[in-house]
Amino acid sequence: MNGMTPIVKKVTQLIVGLIFLYGIYIITHGHLTPGGGFAGGAVVAGSFVLLVLAYGSNILKLKKREEGSSVVESLGILLFTVLAFAAIFIGTKVFFANYLPKGVIGELISAGVIPLYNIAVGIEVAAALFTIFLALVIYKEEVLK
Amino acid sequence: MIVYLLCFILFLVGLFGVLTKRNVIKIVIGLSVMEFSLFLFFALIGYIDKGIAPIIVQNIPNAKFVDPLPQAMVLTAIVIGLATNAMLLAIAIRLYKKYNTFDIRKINSLKG
Amino acid sequence: MEIVLSIVIVFMILGAIYALYAKDLLSALISCGIVGYGLVICFLLLQAPDLAIVQIVVETITLVIMVAVVLNSTREELKEKAVVNIDGVSYVHQRYIVNVILVVVFALFLLYFFKESIFTLDHFGEHVTRMSTAYIEKAAEQTGSANLVTGILFDFRGYDTLGEATILFTAVIGILTILRAKGKK
Repeated sequence: MNGMTPIVKKVTQLIVGLIFLYGIYIITHGHLTPGGGFAGGAVVAGSFVLLVLAYGSNILKLKKREEGSSVVESLGILLFTVLAFAAIFIGTKVFFANYLPKGVIGELISAGVIPLYNIAVGIEVAAALFTIFLALVIYKEEVLK
Repeated sequence: MIVYLLCFILFLVGLFGVLTKRNVIKIVIGLSVMEFSLFLFFALIGYIDKGIAPIIVQNIPNAKFVDPLPQAMVLTAIVIGLATNAMLLAIAIRLYKKYNTFDIRKINSLKG
Repeated sequence: MEIVLSIVIVFMILGAIYALYAKDLLSALISCGIVGYGLVICFLLLQAPDLAIVQIVVETITLVIMVAVVLNSTREELKEKAVVNIDGVSYVHQRYIVNVILVVVFALFLLYFFKESIFTLDHFGEHVTRMSTAYIEKAAEQTGSANLVTGILFDFRGYDTLGEATILFTAVIGILTILRAKGKK
């Protein structure tokens, strides 16, 4: 599909980095301010969707399938499962427990293992939404050779 | 009490759209409106009068918080609603490619 | 508070009714956006900022995908009506009567249960569930996070989050399977 007019392209070039940084801020400060993994992941996916809509699908410049974002999504949920299984060997030896030390309420490094869960869910949600967008809007139907 | 009644009316509007319309896109819109009414109902139950958002801030000693448990449930439900809508739209794309129409009364090649 | 909420919900109902009766599919999708963004205002009035952020971004992405699907196929609503006019007498299509009767039966059935439940719930704004006092007191020092919703979502109710991540993953696999296989010759 084609891109948009030069005004849209110029404004996108200035803004898309700020949206990406805002999404990462929402993900990592999920235990202090409103937000968390799901909200931050959706904002990061929104920045990628904006880039593809403004510049056309030539910016992807790759093969005919959405392999890259699909692999990133699988890595995200694999990280989530590894963190959940690692609770069997450390600490109280219960599946899916909170085993890192909880610091002072209100610091950036606190609340045990919750920031790591936020990062894993954020990666997974962002890659899943971008894969859904690519599959339904750009690569609509392909023929298996 | 009247907010609960209005929420129920929104649910009935969505149900009417799913059962009566013949266009596949209108059925998807009706299902989406039904899900929105359910999110609204959950958020209405958890509201406490003159309460604030459930986040602990240092310089407010003890405050009345809104109930955080229905908010956690609705957060999960919003993402699940997105996944359901995306799958319905994928099926709608396939139907249009094969039959060249969105009318569900003409999509009946299993009959006869 | 109740008055402002009621006005916003009445706007949502009007938008939903127009979305189901529009002649043009693109206008119907824009009206569906009214319902979604009105819900964001309701979430902000009910002191739930997490839900407002998630709903506004998810609604935008859903609208973009639906507009792309509609613009790639067809934009017009179906032409034939359910009520046809033959020789001056109007006949109603047979399937349409059955559907409307079914909607009325469901509505009465749900209305009975709604009446039963609305007299056991407290007034709007005074409802206290059994678990809420225990969660609010214990969540801060047992999980260690300042955001109570995130602490409940990842520590007290962690299995729900695991199930939701699985559902999102399965939906992506399902979409890639439906849109790919064109059959082998």
